[in-house]
Amino acid sequence: MPHDHHDHDHSHDHSHDALSPSGHPYRQDNDAPLTYWQRMEIAVRELLIEKGVTTAAEVAAQIDLMDSRSPANGAAVIARAWTDPAFKSRLLDDAAEASREMGFDIGPLHLIAVENTADTHNLIVCTLCSCYPRNLLGLPPDWYKTRAYRSRAVREPRAVLSEFGVALPDHVSVRVHDSTADMRYIVLPARPAGTDDLSETELAAWITRDSMIGTGLPRAPDGLSATKA
Amino acid sequence: MGGDQAGPVPMEGHDFALWEKRVDALMVLCSSKGHFTVDGLRRALEDMGEAAFEQHSYYERWIAAINQNLVEDGVYTLEELATRMEEVAQRGTTYAEAAHG
Repeated sequence: MPHDHHDHDHSHDHSHDALSPSGHPYRQDNDAPLTYWQRMEIAVRELLIEKGVTTAAEVAAQIDLMDSRSPANGAAVIARAWTDPAFKSRLLDDAAEASREMGFDIGPLHLIAVENTADTHNLIVCTLCSCYPRNLLGLPPDWYKTRAYRSRAVREPRAVLSEFGVALPDHVSVRVHDSTADMRYIVLPARPAGTDDLSETELAAWITRDSMIGTGLPRAPDGLSATKA
Repeated sequence: MGGDQAGPVPMEGHDFALWEKRVDALMVLCSSKGHFTVDGLRRALEDMGEAAFEQHSYYERWIAAINQNLVEDGVYTLEELATRMEEVAQRGTTYAEAAHG
């Protein structure tokens, strides 16, 4: 699934394509010309600090917290659900509470886990903006926030899924869940066949970010196949 | 937006720049401190009109919406913002120079 790797692909980032006079690419973030909106961010942040609303340390700590959240959190929750039926039942009952049980802070949000089965596939979108289970998956990928995804996920989900390389048999129903500010969803993908002997930790490596959004399916980690595992 | 026709989903992504992460952090911190809610952010975003969604990036719209809510909440004035943005522009031509790191 190539799109899983695009977060680290700068080749489409046109604003950074130019080379410096010495022939080196400009480093993102530091050498690009200052924009109007970056000036606004600096000004707003400085004013907030001067007015005592926040501190530089608090902003830095918030960024660290955000950076520490990744799809690995969600994968740990899903892997547990695959191996522990009682936990799975609690997850489907109240995903926020079950995630807290594993030490993940979900805040005051309602979190709903939706289960993929042999005849149902779930897909998550936020048509309004970008609501996303960020406490379990980190910040949303760019495509999740695009007009194209938000518009079409509810209109022609199968076509969108096929662009992500997910082809579903006709008998599988697709359910699309539209997130809101205080109601988030996470997909509980179906455990792949041939993984019966794997441990919870090994299983977690199969669970991709996209499989928890519904735009992907769990897959063997690089270099492994279900039969070998 | 939901249900509209649109082209293929663009799959390219990017690592978030420091200034974008800071915008995200300011949103979380200001809302947790009660200066505005996610609904306030949403209202400001919708008031921008459709063109803003074509012309500006995600976090560009966010910082504009955060700013609008903070001005409305009386945290600072538009004059203070304008003065500070002008000062920031004098510091240098890159983000690192202007943000002092």
